[in-house]
Formats: sequence, structure tokens, C-alpha cells
Amino acid sequence: MAATDEILSFDEAMERFDPVLGFEVHVELNTKSKMFSSAPNVFGDDPNTNVNEVDLGMPGVLPVVNRAAVESSIKIGLALNCEIAESCRFARKNYFYPDTPKNFQTSQYDEPIAHDGWLDVELEDGTVFRVEIERAHMEEDAGKLTHMGGATGRIQGADYSLVDYNRAGVPLVEIVTKPIVGAGSRAPELARAYVSAVREIVKNLGVSDARMERGNVRCDANVSLMPKGADKFGTRSETKNVNSLRSVEHAVRFEIQRHAAVLASGGTVTQETRHWHEDTRTTTAGRPKSDADDYRYFPEPDLVPVVPSREWVEELRATLPEPPAERRKRLKEAWGYADAEFRDVVNAGVVEAIEETVAAGASPQAARKWWMGEIVGRAKTADVDPAELGVTPAAIVELNGLVEGGKLNNKMAGQVLDGVIAGEGTPTQVMEARGLVLVSDDRPLLEAIDAALAAQPDVADKIRGGKVQAVGAIVGGVMKATRGQADAGRVKELILERLGVSA
Amino acid sequence: MAEITRDDVAHLAQLARIEMSEAELDKMAGELAHIVDAVKSVSEAAGPDVPATSHPIPLSNVFREDVVGHVLTPAEALSGAPDADEDRFRVPAILDEE
Repeated sequence: MAATDEILSFDEAMERFDPVLGFEVHVELNTKSKMFSSAPNVFGDDPNTNVNEVDLGMPGVLPVVNRAAVESSIKIGLALNCEIAESCRFARKNYFYPDTPKNFQTSQYDEPIAHDGWLDVELEDGTVFRVEIERAHMEEDAGKLTHMGGATGRIQGADYSLVDYNRAGVPLVEIVTKPIVGAGSRAPELARAYVSAVREIVKNLGVSDARMERGNVRCDANVSLMPKGADKFGTRSETKNVNSLRSVEHAVRFEIQRHAAVLASGGTVTQETRHWHEDTRTTTAGRPKSDADDYRYFPEPDLVPVVPSREWVEELRATLPEPPAERRKRLKEAWGYADAEFRDVVNAGVVEAIEETVAAGASPQAARKWWMGEIVGRAKTADVDPAELGVTPAAIVELNGLVEGGKLNNKMAGQVLDGVIAGEGTPTQVMEARGLVLVSDDRPLLEAIDAALAAQPDVADKIRGGKVQAVGAIVGGVMKATRGQADAGRVKELILERLGVSA
Repeated sequence: MAEITRDDVAHLAQLARIEMSEAELDKMAGELAHIVDAVKSVSEAAGPDVPATSHPIPLSNVFREDVVGHVLTPAEALSGAPDADEDRFRVPAILDEE
């Protein structure tokens, strides 16, 4: 293995070169059965329990296409603004490797089911970048190899490998972008945002579980550099299986820096695959691109063409949910949040929670106040998602009503919220059980006020003499005596009334 | 006559993981050229007005519903495996893509 690659600083790389990106994102569909067989499509089961003869590539078997997988693929194509093919075929991609027992992967080659689309990707500061989609095609996943005997479970130094074919035949849609130019120094951020947007779309469509940690969404990232101002693309590398949003960003950044160092020293970039290492945040050389990539595709003889009628496509289009980006835009306008406010809400992951809270009767401002001001912080402390704290929209509406109705002040409401989270009941129940009642009956207040005035006669005299601002000391005494359960504004009014002074 | 070089045959043999001797490569280069010529005669029958086809029967949209059906037990799945371990197929370590 080569020594650690030289890298240039990202800033210097950006001064001298323009990056060109390209992504292949594989999405595992969440159908009940596999792409071409009726074996179950389930993650995490015991090895080789979800396979049948078709998945194992036994002689004489006949694959049959899963209708639901085709529908999911068409939906993905439509959500990515693609054309849906009038007719398309499957093809065999021939290669020898134990992850496919058939010695070929059933895929699509020159006739993908969806092509020529685009996706608008929003960066963190709100900049929108359009990514052109080349194609989205249907194929099947491969089995899972575990390398045994090597030091770290990687292929290097392994003595043998064990193969589980449960994943073989799981329906996949591979989404391929056109070359992405013009991202400049935002390329790493765009890489992350693009994969995040695709993940959000397939999740929103309900066609994939979209859990990256389970490999439901996997990304191969292509990076090349060209000298600033040039229009001829440089030689690219393809970093395989970058499987978290964070790694996508880091891998693109690293490859830009590595390419820049090679080119800046007068070298040439080797066209090759790269392996991403999360621990060191670097890539290492994989296989060079060569005629080993001669996959000898040919039309799959066992499967007849898929010809989606326009009626079928339109039926599917009618079932598409509102796209996530449009939904966010609509909610932002409806709620009247400022850009920064809404971005915080999105980043905190409480858009849905606020939507439900507003639907339950809270004002958008109140909903935001409770979620962002109270619940998000508590969730962070407990290291869980805000929604997992178990505060229902109805509870928030009730709690907010108690504050607005003058029954609780904000401090007490926080304590009630703690009680709700602790499972002590509804806000009203918690309030009563904990004895958190804002004192609004004036009699106990007046007693406390009289006591406070008697305790500080000189202050009382000052107020009578017109120094109204001295009232704070008396208010403080009353609040202390009522353990903070009095409405400070009302206390002030009562004190001034008592002393015959107008505010 | 179609031109199939010895290198073409060696390349194909490598892709197909077939070990061939020098003599076999020479022999096959000549024979493959004849085979390609024989297949070529099809293109004389089918002119530009005949669309390319991958299937002899005009069928399309043959689907199955997304219903879970037949599965093998791990023992059945592994019954034909040359080697197995921990309910999985055991294969030599091959340095390639993961």
C-alpha cells in the first residue's frame, strides 16, 4: 500500500482548481419481497435465511419482476423530475465476485427506467443549487461478504470470506447525476446536501427506509479537478460506499485536496476507485479503472421489457406526496417565521412537531417558543430526538393555554413541562399535583404585600413620596414570600394601589 | 472475414476466467472469426427497417405481486456449497471491490 497521500490545503486547492462532482446513489427499496424473487426483503435476519433458488442463481430458475419495485422506481424518477421511459429492459452486468452467485448482476444498461431529471438542492445558507440527474435505473443488491482472519475485517490480509446472500436480490434504484460543475469551494457541502436531499425524497415517498447506517442509501462520489477557468474535465476518482452524510462531505473534501496536490506537483491523477476510511478521514487506492470494467452487458433474456403505460405513470404521479423542499417553503410562509428562525427549526428537526402543534390549536409563534425554547434543549440534555421526549402537541397547547390564561408563569410552566416529560400526566394534572398555582386571588397577595411594606417602611415612604421605581424591592419581598408563584405585574399594581400612588 | 486477434481471445478468456494455452489462443482466434462471420449473416436478413429485439416473443410487463413466498432454510441453501461456515458460504479471499 502506498504511503499516505500528499494533500494541499483546501483553500489553496480552491484558488487553483475548479472541482467537478458526480454521484451515484444507491437506494434500497423497502418492498416486502425481493426484486426478482419472492424471498423476503428484511434487514438484519440470520445469514442465508431470506434466500431462495433465484437469489442463489441456481440453474433453471426464472426471475420475475416485482411490480411494487417498478412502481417505487417510477415514483423516484418522477420525484427527481425525470422522464419515465416508454419502454426499458434489464441487462446482465457480467463479473466474477462471490457477492453475486449468478456471476452477473441484473441491472439496466442503455435503457434506464428514468432519465434526464433534476433536483434543486438547498445549501445551509439557503442557496439553491440545481443538480442534473442523468438517469435512475433498477437493479438488484449483492450479497454481503465478511472477510475473516484479517486484522480489521477488511479484505487486506484476510484468509477467507463468508457470504450471506440475504441482501442479494434486494431491489435497488441507482441514481446517477450528470457532472456537477460550478460548486467551487462549496463542493463538499453540496455533496452532503445532495445525498441528504435524495435520502429525504425517498423517505418522503415511503419507498425506502432510507437508513444510511443500514446501507439503505449508499453513495459513490466522483471527484475531478480542472485548472481554474478551464472547461475540460480532469481525470476523476470514484470513492466507493461513502455511507453517511458526514463522510460524503469529508470524502469529497479530501479527494479535492488530494487531487490538487497531485496536479500541483505536476503529476497526473490515476483514474481509479478509492476506499473511504472514516477513522482517518482519508481515502486509499482501490482498483484502477481498466478493461477489468468490461462488463459485457447484454439484454437479460429471462426478463421481458418493462413498458410503463402513460396512464400508469400518471396514476403514480398522482400519489406523490408534496416534495420536502416545497413543503418547507409552504410552512415557512404559513408560519411567518424569519429565515434564520425557520432554518433553526429545520436543523433542530422539529418541523413536523411544530406542524402538529399548530394543527392542535397553538399559534405558530407559541409552537416555536415551546419546541425551540423549551423542548429542544431538554432533548439535547437527554441526548434524544425532541419528538422522543413524549411531549404531545395537545400537551403543549394545554400548557400554553395555562400560561396565557394567567394560571402559570413561564418559570412554573417549565417545571410543569418537566413533569409532563417525567410522565406525571397532563399539564393540568402536573400543575395540580405539584401545587404549582399562580396566585391570582388577591387576598393572600395583599397579606404578603402588607407584610413586605411593614418590613420595609422606609421603602414604602419613598414610594408614597413618588419614587415609584423603588417598588421593585417590595415586589421582590412579595415574590419571595409567595415562592415565586405570584404574578409580578399584578403585585406591582396592588402595591401602588395600597399606597395610593398611580403608576 | 471478421478480425479476431489473439489478444482479443486472451482478453475474453481472462474475462471469462478460462485458462488457455498459447496453442489454444491461436486456434480459437481463427475459429472465432469464422463464428462471428456465420452470425453476421443474420444482419443480411434484417435490414435497417427491422428493429433490434432482445426477445423472440412480443411480451412485456410480466410482473409478480410484492408478496413474500418460498424461502430455503440455511441448511438447504448451503447444501451445495463446496465449503460453509457459520451458516454462510465460505470462499477464498479475493482482492477486489468490497
